[in-house]
Amino acid sequence: MTALLLAVFTPLAGAGVLALTRSLGLAGWINVIVSAATFAASIALARDVAAAGEVAGMTFRVDAFNVYLLALTAFVGMTTSIFSRPYMRHVCQTGRTNARGMRLYHSMYQTFMFTMLLALSTDNLGVLWVAVEGATLATVLLVSLYRTPEAVEAAWKYFILCGVGIALALFGTVLTYFAAQSVLADPAEGLTWSALYTAAPKLEPSIMSLAFVFLLVGYGTKIGLVPMHQWLPDAHSEGPTPMSAVLSGLLLNVALYAVVRLKMLVDGSLAASASPHMAGRLLMGFGLLSFLVAGLFLHRQRDIKRMFSYSSIEHMGLMTFAFGLGGPLATFGALLHMLVHSLTKSAIFVTVGHAAHIAGTQSINNIRGLIRTQPAVGWSLLIAVAAIAGFPPFGIFTSEFLLLTATMKLQPWFTVALLLGLAVAFAGLFRHLHPMVYGPAPEGQKPVPANMIPVAVHLGLVLWLGLSIPGFLARWLDRATELITGGHLL
Amino acid sequence: MSFESLPVLEQLMLAMAAMALFTSFVLLEQERLVAAIHAFAWQGALVSAVTTLVAASSGLRHLYFSALLTFALKALLIPWMLHRLSRRLELDRYAEPLRRPALVTMAAVALVIFSYWLALPIMHENLIFTRNIVAVSLAVVLIGLLMMVVRQQAVAQVLGFMSMENGLFLAAVSATGGMPLLIELGVAFDVLVAMVLFGIFFFHIRESIDSLDVDRLNRLTETEEDTR
Repeated sequence: MTALLLAVFTPLAGAGVLALTRSLGLAGWINVIVSAATFAASIALARDVAAAGEVAGMTFRVDAFNVYLLALTAFVGMTTSIFSRPYMRHVCQTGRTNARGMRLYHSMYQTFMFTMLLALSTDNLGVLWVAVEGATLATVLLVSLYRTPEAVEAAWKYFILCGVGIALALFGTVLTYFAAQSVLADPAEGLTWSALYTAAPKLEPSIMSLAFVFLLVGYGTKIGLVPMHQWLPDAHSEGPTPMSAVLSGLLLNVALYAVVRLKMLVDGSLAASASPHMAGRLLMGFGLLSFLVAGLFLHRQRDIKRMFSYSSIEHMGLMTFAFGLGGPLATFGALLHMLVHSLTKSAIFVTVGHAAHIAGTQSINNIRGLIRTQPAVGWSLLIAVAAIAGFPPFGIFTSEFLLLTATMKLQPWFTVALLLGLAVAFAGLFRHLHPMVYGPAPEGQKPVPANMIPVAVHLGLVLWLGLSIPGFLARWLDRATELITGGHLL
Repeated sequence: MSFESLPVLEQLMLAMAAMALFTSFVLLEQERLVAAIHAFAWQGALVSAVTTLVAASSGLRHLYFSALLTFALKALLIPWMLHRLSRRLELDRYAEPLRRPALVTMAAVALVIFSYWLALPIMHENLIFTRNIVAVSLAVVLIGLLMMVVRQQAVAQVLGFMSMENGLFLAAVSATGGMPLLIELGVAFDVLVAMVLFGIFFFHIRESIDSLDVDRLNRLTETEEDTR
């Protein structure tokens, strides 16, 4: 329990300290130290959960499903903070923001981490909602940090779309609470997920399915599901790069986590009704649509960060589809995919941040000859994109292979659409990537000081997960699969 | 259904909820910004009144507190903040004619009917008046959404957003006797922070496009003539 409280509340304390820290150099280091402490606490928490099965109490509840996401969130938060220290100093020196902006940035970075960890660890659907909305509020001023007209526009879109989406999710939460009133012995428990889960078969199916539609549209906006994805490419491309890394790597995962938790309730409630797979079918539909549309949009991008945010939408669509498909194999694949996608995508955004500094622009047409100018950045980008496109031997290949196998078993016809989508996305990524990394460098293009250790660690982990999943992780994912579907894989 | 058979308190509750829905229409059609802010304040007061009535009829003590919270936040604080912002942005005489008012009204009416249709499954014998209010509050939420779509001006969009929140609160109070207090406080805190951020954004937007007409925020698109 102590580890859990430390993991969740360290970032909040850090945010307070950082809001008061005036020295820029010091703030960067405090940010790294707080993130590292959070990660250490999350590892201790993971050990507790591994020993006890679950850690619960004080409206928190951590089981096999959320513990690995907690550790992942804290890990990506830590590596991104290591990257952000020199990166943001460079940004500040080039005059794109000032000391006040930097203080806001550091403080909001930790606030964002706090909301993410709170959303993952809470057992209460209301707190989950408050935390996810809090994540929007914490990041919206960071998207507009550079104060360019584009950045303000992106932030406004992000604010309005996610605000509306999350309001609909609150309506769904209210309906869930309403359904629980007549079922639970203590109606005040009506938002506690574990109490609802135990009583799920008794929840009124018609209300729960209505609630799920609202919840899916609401949290789906945050996942970036088409057609509610409009905010995502804008917010990712205009915000500071460390923000893009944590938005893509963490926020989307947390929203998907919320949807899967709610699907578990709805599945329980609908099990005996005429349409037991309603929730799964909805997820499959939204997921497949996002997957295919985002793959096509990859082709016409001109901004490098926009391109990779469409790739995030594509992968989130694939995971949503897999969770909708259900069954142990697809669920295991989707859980693994959440992990490897987060690691790879945050590594990509870190590399892209350096590439944009080298070229002095985010426009794909003006980024050229990265390998000639700075081999470390060029090769990292090439390898990371190969990993995200699903090349063996990286982890994404493994998870996509599992997903395809599961689809082949359960819904063979969808395999065609999936393979087609993967090919389209692959072509879209590589036609832009090739001229950026190869070819001659423009005159006068110089290397920038870059810390490639976070990228190397992330890609190393993804490679490791592709070659052999360590036993403890496989058992974790298997236990999470068992929680979600009731069936084992291993 | 026979409304006469309901206790007086519940009839009054329904009347108040219906008036809250009516203020949604007023808000949607109002051209002058300041008048729209006033309509929004009235809506907040009505939602607070419904909450008080629910508290009185059900004996749930904590609802008196949420009624007070709603009144302070939605009827006083947020309208006051919006009022002050519009004066500082020199928008107090601003009026924006609604394009195709008849169409917008018809759409809002259709949304009300749609809400009643959606609320049909929530059909418990003895909860006939709750179903009515769930439908009314869903309609308030959806009309707020419609308002955000048809209005081009940032302050008016924020009014739509806040009236969506009013609808959500009405739903929580009428359908379930209010969410747990902790959650209610969390939601209220989020709404307040959102309002402060909206205020900051009004100035950012005006600084960047010299107006608050969000339709002119159109630099980020997927079209080919994007030449950045």
